[in-house]
Amino acid sequence: MTYNAYITKEQITGSSEGPLAGKTVAVKDNISTDGVQTTCGSAMLEGYIPPYDATVVERLKAAGATIPGKTNMDEFGMGTTTETSAFGAVENPAAEGHVPGGSSGGSAAVVAAGDADLALGTDTGGSIRCPAAFCGVVGIKPTYGLVSRYGLIAYANSLEQIGPIAPTVEAAAELLEVIAGPDERDATTQDATVHGTEYDFAAAADGDIEGFDIGVPIELVEGADDGVAEQFWAAIDELETMGASYHEVELPSVEHAVQAYYVIAMGEASSNLARFDGVGYGQSGGYEGNWNDTFARSREAGFGEEVKRRILLGTYALSAGYQDKYYRKAQDARAWVKRDFDEALAEADVLASPTMPVSPFERGESLDDPLKMYLADANTTPVNLANLPAISVPAGETDDGLPVGIQFVGPAFGEETIIRAGSALA
Amino acid sequence: MNDSVVDPKDVEHVAELARVDLSAAERERFTGQFEEILSYFEALDEVPELETDPELTNVLRADEVRESLDQEEALANAPDSEDGYFKGPPVS
Repeated sequence: MTYNAYITKEQITGSSEGPLAGKTVAVKDNISTDGVQTTCGSAMLEGYIPPYDATVVERLKAAGATIPGKTNMDEFGMGTTTETSAFGAVENPAAEGHVPGGSSGGSAAVVAAGDADLALGTDTGGSIRCPAAFCGVVGIKPTYGLVSRYGLIAYANSLEQIGPIAPTVEAAAELLEVIAGPDERDATTQDATVHGTEYDFAAAADGDIEGFDIGVPIELVEGADDGVAEQFWAAIDELETMGASYHEVELPSVEHAVQAYYVIAMGEASSNLARFDGVGYGQSGGYEGNWNDTFARSREAGFGEEVKRRILLGTYALSAGYQDKYYRKAQDARAWVKRDFDEALAEADVLASPTMPVSPFERGESLDDPLKMYLADANTTPVNLANLPAISVPAGETDDGLPVGIQFVGPAFGEETIIRAGSALA
Repeated sequence: MNDSVVDPKDVEHVAELARVDLSAAERERFTGQFEEILSYFEALDEVPELETDPELTNVLRADEVRESLDQEEALANAPDSEDGYFKGPPVS
């Protein structure tokens, strides 16, 4: 069975030695690979060959990894189902007839199907954790600034991070060790040792959660479907038998997280995607006329509908007269979410919730209803707004046999803590 | 009623600002969808104003000449180029 998980299958061989020698690591197609087509799942970039490697790709190669190809994704990362790719939708290997989640759906699918040992995804509002949850694998969204974004083709810079997808927490942690660390070519990266961590992520996957205090944000459980909530509480029970305890916490701000996330992400997207005009790279279409007309026609032909929707809504939210109403309020909401999480994490080691409030959609189910798709990001987007690390770990299946994921959120640069919590389950 | 009622002219106007042509069908669809999505965003009005202290630090480096792409590499992905320059459509 093929899941349409790769856009380009072209092997990139790394160094012969290193912690990832003998391992295959598939790479999401919005991460630049020197000499190998990188499309972002968009017709606009079909045929685009980056002249350099992203920092994470350099680090994979130096660590001995073999990259088997570039994985399919929602166009420019804009989607929760991996159905908006110009190269066709991806199917979920763990739940046939259903979507793999998105936007890193191809990366989660190749790991779930065993076609690659590991994969890199990117997470702007849940794009690693959602497909990890839907495909029954592990995904980590690192603290903002832990991993270099140099060579990542930007969608919403202030929110996104590159992170690992793997069959186990320990394997995800090993891959995170390879890609993490400051980079002079991304000024938003930080040295995590300043924040009290030594990048010993794999060693933290010891499953020892004796005495762990888990905060459960009640808003993020109440919004979940019954079948998902049931599996979530079963996982919490299991953690309790291992010596952890839990208490409920309230995060009133999260009610506004999806609104704030979409206003900010769309605003940043409208600016970032202005570069695709068919002159420096990408598809030009070769239209006649003055440049504004030509650009507008190239962009009409090169972008899919979800991308156009987000560029237009972002342009609207940033336009004269609406900036205070939407963009500034979204920034206030972002600060509020961050404060809520910081306060809750002062009283808990980690916060736990279902990764996704729903189980995987049937294919095609959400395509005609963008708002329905956006609302599925309720539990993942707050973490990006707060710049925090989070891991999604498998937590059983619904009665219909659909995978469920549990998410642990930790303090900034608290990767070791969320890895420890997750490793108790997978 | 609130003031966010979207009509096809608004969609057309933003599309023009964003330099994205739309088909008539897309314009029609977007009008309804934008109405629904923007009304959902309205709830941001309830968010309190916060005194925030952004965690920003300046990151500086010496301004030195360093290795970069050569002209041929930089132009390799351009759909059209001439005499070592990008070639775009006429500006008027």
